[in-house]
Amino acid sequence: MDRIPILKLGDALLVTIQVDMHDRLATALEEDLTTKIVAFGSKGVLIDISALEIVDSFIGRMLDNIAAVSRILDAETVVVGMRPAVAITLVELGLSLSGVKTALNVERGMAMIQKRLGEVDADDEG
Amino acid sequence: MSAHETTTLATMVSDHEKAILPEWVELQKRAGSLQTGRITEAELTAQSAEFLKLLRAGLAKGAGEAANAAYTPAREFLANLSRSRAMQGFSPSETAAFVFSLKQPLFNTLNRDKALSPADVAKATVTVTVLLDELGLLTFETFQKGREEVILRQHREISELSTPVVRLWEGILALPIIGTLDSARTQVVMENLLQHIVDDGAEIAIIDITGVPTVDTLTAQHLLKTVSAARLMGADCIISGIRPQIAQTIVHLGVELNVISKATLADAFAVALRRTNRTVTKIKSGAGEGAKPKFAADKGE
Repeated sequence: MDRIPILKLGDALLVTIQVDMHDRLATALEEDLTTKIVAFGSKGVLIDISALEIVDSFIGRMLDNIAAVSRILDAETVVVGMRPAVAITLVELGLSLSGVKTALNVERGMAMIQKRLGEVDADDEG
Repeated sequence: MSAHETTTLATMVSDHEKAILPEWVELQKRAGSLQTGRITEAELTAQSAEFLKLLRAGLAKGAGEAANAAYTPAREFLANLSRSRAMQGFSPSETAAFVFSLKQPLFNTLNRDKALSPADVAKATVTVTVLLDELGLLTFETFQKGREEVILRQHREISELSTPVVRLWEGILALPIIGTLDSARTQVVMENLLQHIVDDGAEIAIIDITGVPTVDTLTAQHLLKTVSAARLMGADCIISGIRPQIAQTIVHLGVELNVISKATLADAFAVALRRTNRTVTKIKSGAGEGAKPKFAADKGE
């Protein structure tokens, strides 16, 4: 079965969704991601969906779920690169993903995570 | 209606075409088709001749109803004519007069034909009337459709024109909304804004609703949808230009606007600049050419 690769970038994990998501793939991603967060002790998860053209309510909920699960595991999820059409679809579906942070592109998403890491470090020291 | 009458009519039309056409064109001229100067007499004559030819072809096939396949070319010609006249700004009666004014020359020709018995003339008259009435109704319908197309196009143009996305500063967009926000417009506004966010890489979008006359629950919902969609793209939204009455209405309606809102676009812009680590400072007068504001881009503090 196909799996979506999860890359480790320092304290963060990068997931780039390049193919159209089907439900099984989404569930697999959720599981893999949870395992990796625990394994690496990651503090941030970056999900790049710039190549994703079609979303349904299931995928929307999956994004929400991943964010909720990562938060419990002390990692921040940032969804980046959402296409305008996808954003409109999700809003029309009533999924505003209020628990998920968003950024325009990977660069900005990374900056968000780095900023948070900086804050966490400062807290630890202080 | 029998095939006999229509063939009689067809022969009559082809025999007397030279007489019918000028009479018909003359009638149309008298009805004022040329007064407005939208078409020339030559054009009118050409159109009339063309239609007469198509009508004759239909009649020759022996069909009595306008819906018959024999009249398809005639119907198509009429449809095109009505549509173009609708675009040119003709009134509906002027357009329909094109077909209806053909009746009189045809009746006159029928009456002049000594070879026909009175009963035949009466029957042929009925056939012509029914046929031309049906064709006349068709022109009305097509005319109406043509007009609707014009209205629809204008509506689309207005909704596109009235929702510009303005770039206020690097990474800051403003969307001044003017007029009522309905579902169709929200869609246009939203798509427009989101596309600009991508193109500009904007971090903050200011939605200014100074030009929105009333805000009801539906409008508020549309606004919130736009805000959510922008947030999903990674841009923050600020709503500005909420007038006192509108603020009261929103509260009375019990709508929760879970977004930053500012009274004026200037306030919102100030917030946006602060968020992107920028300030506006006034330079002391005397140093330079007066109080020109200076934008200090000290990113990263």
